[in-house]
Amino acid sequence: MGYIMDKLDALLGFHQNALRIRGQRQELLAANIANADTPKYKAKDIDFADAMQNAMSSQNANSKIGNNLQAVVTQPGHINTLTGGQNISGKTLFRPIVQGSVDGNTVDMDVERNQFVDNAIRYEASLTIINNQIKGMLSAIQNN
Amino acid sequence: MSLFNVFNIAGSGMSANSHRLNTVASNLANVDSVTSSDGKPYKSKQVIFRAVPINNLGVSTVKVDKVIEDPSPPNLVYNPTHPLADAKGYVTMPNVNVTEEMVNMISASRAYQNNVETMNAAKSMLLKTLTIGS
Repeated sequence: MGYIMDKLDALLGFHQNALRIRGQRQELLAANIANADTPKYKAKDIDFADAMQNAMSSQNANSKIGNNLQAVVTQPGHINTLTGGQNISGKTLFRPIVQGSVDGNTVDMDVERNQFVDNAIRYEASLTIINNQIKGMLSAIQNN
Repeated sequence: MSLFNVFNIAGSGMSANSHRLNTVASNLANVDSVTSSDGKPYKSKQVIFRAVPINNLGVSTVKVDKVIEDPSPPNLVYNPTHPLADAKGYVTMPNVNVTEEMVNMISASRAYQNNVETMNAAKSMLLKTLTIGS
């Protein structure tokens, strides 16, 4: 049982992590757009590649330990060893200022909208790939 | 599920900007209100936005922190025949800057539209996520 689950985790894990990080990045970009007129607000973003590498390395470490070894989580600050923690795997960074404004706000709406749409499309791409992976696995276990 | 938070964030942006649009409407409507319930001319109102962090990752919603009265001086218009004119013939008019308010109106309405787009994008992403494996 554990063996099959390991294989499935390895198959779906990459895009599962990608979807999670894309979702969190989407949230961050939405916050930037909502705060486009808040004085002194600094636009934030995450380095997707960095976050993805962290997520994958923690997942690999978990699969080496074996999925049955899960640390008990009793406090909100504890890290769930099975999922590698549900928090974002990369650091939140401030976006470099292109054109500053007098109220100290650094949100550039063109950049944010651009990144927002880009992130949404890549999210849907990951969804499509996961769907195809599931279809592939289904056709492998079904005899028709 | 972090995508659900996008609804809260975009919703907060929409409500903050509709509040801002409300003050713009009030300012423009009262651009010639030389007197009010306290006998003084209308004072221009401005909203102050504040970012409210909702988690430790730097994600913030936005809210209207306070509505202030514009501290800029009132407009003095020379009109000696006006019943509210002072001894020198000047009438104290509201300190509403119409140009500024029009710019504010466009900015608020565009910001509102941006938040609606954000919400629509999150909705279609979530709906597509629900179809995984079907």
